[in-house]
Amino acid sequence: MVQTIPLSWYLAISMVLFAMGTLGVLIRRNPLIIFMSIELMLNAANLAFVAFARSFDVLTGQIFVFFVMTVSAAEVAVGLALIIIIFRNKHSIDVDLMNSLKG
Amino acid sequence: MNLTLILFIVLAAVAVASAAGLLISRNTVYAALFLVLNFATVAVFYLLLGAPFIALAQVTIYAGAIMVLFLFVIMLLGSEKLPKGQVLLWQRPVAIVLAALLLGEGGFLLFQRLRMTANLANPEASVNTTEALRTLGMTLFNQYLLPFEVTSVLLLVAMVGVIVLTKKEKGESG
Repeated sequence: MVQTIPLSWYLAISMVLFAMGTLGVLIRRNPLIIFMSIELMLNAANLAFVAFARSFDVLTGQIFVFFVMTVSAAEVAVGLALIIIIFRNKHSIDVDLMNSLKG
Repeated sequence: MNLTLILFIVLAAVAVASAAGLLISRNTVYAALFLVLNFATVAVFYLLLGAPFIALAQVTIYAGAIMVLFLFVIMLLGSEKLPKGQVLLWQRPVAIVLAALLLGEGGFLLFQRLRMTANLANPEASVNTTEALRTLGMTLFNQYLLPFEVTSVLLLVAMVGVIVLTKKEKGESG
């Protein structure tokens, strides 16, 4: 016997995780942690997708989550490469130091 | 109180606590490991929601591949602990207020709009079965075949882009 959890609980968890990800992007100055917070937000959105897919009994939500995962994998690869280049140029990755477009 | 409810509450607590750990930890490696814990709990949420394929993809792609990449870069840069630079004093309170605003706004919308449709449809039918997985695969490779192929091109572009970005120019030192 399995009682179902209401959809709104999953959405509440998703919302809390998304807000915490936003907070992480806003308060941390380490770009790696900012990236991780962005992943947290993507995950929260994925959770909402899957909860809605279950709620409306369609598979499209799960397929979209699959695509979001792939795109975020690509995004992480490019972003980490950019961080490595910045580190190579400035020997630091503090976002406060990234205030010029050249060099 | 039954088992699912207890499991949900424990998982929710672990997810929120690990996200908080990500936000406050000083060491980047600890932050990455907190995020792995968070991804694992979200994967169990997917299992509870009857999406086993997504749950396993979450574990392999996010908790596996992406986080290994993160840890690799953290170790490569040697940036486990960053030196504390000058801090913008107003940054943290303003950020907390803005995040609380976002949370409140979302909560307001959630409890205003969704009170009517707050229940999950047909609990145990058509989930967690091989038939559901077969349906998912058929949908992915029939109806969504073109987006799937475009995804592969996207991954290829990302891969080539990363190689071009990090390649050292000829004659460049360091």
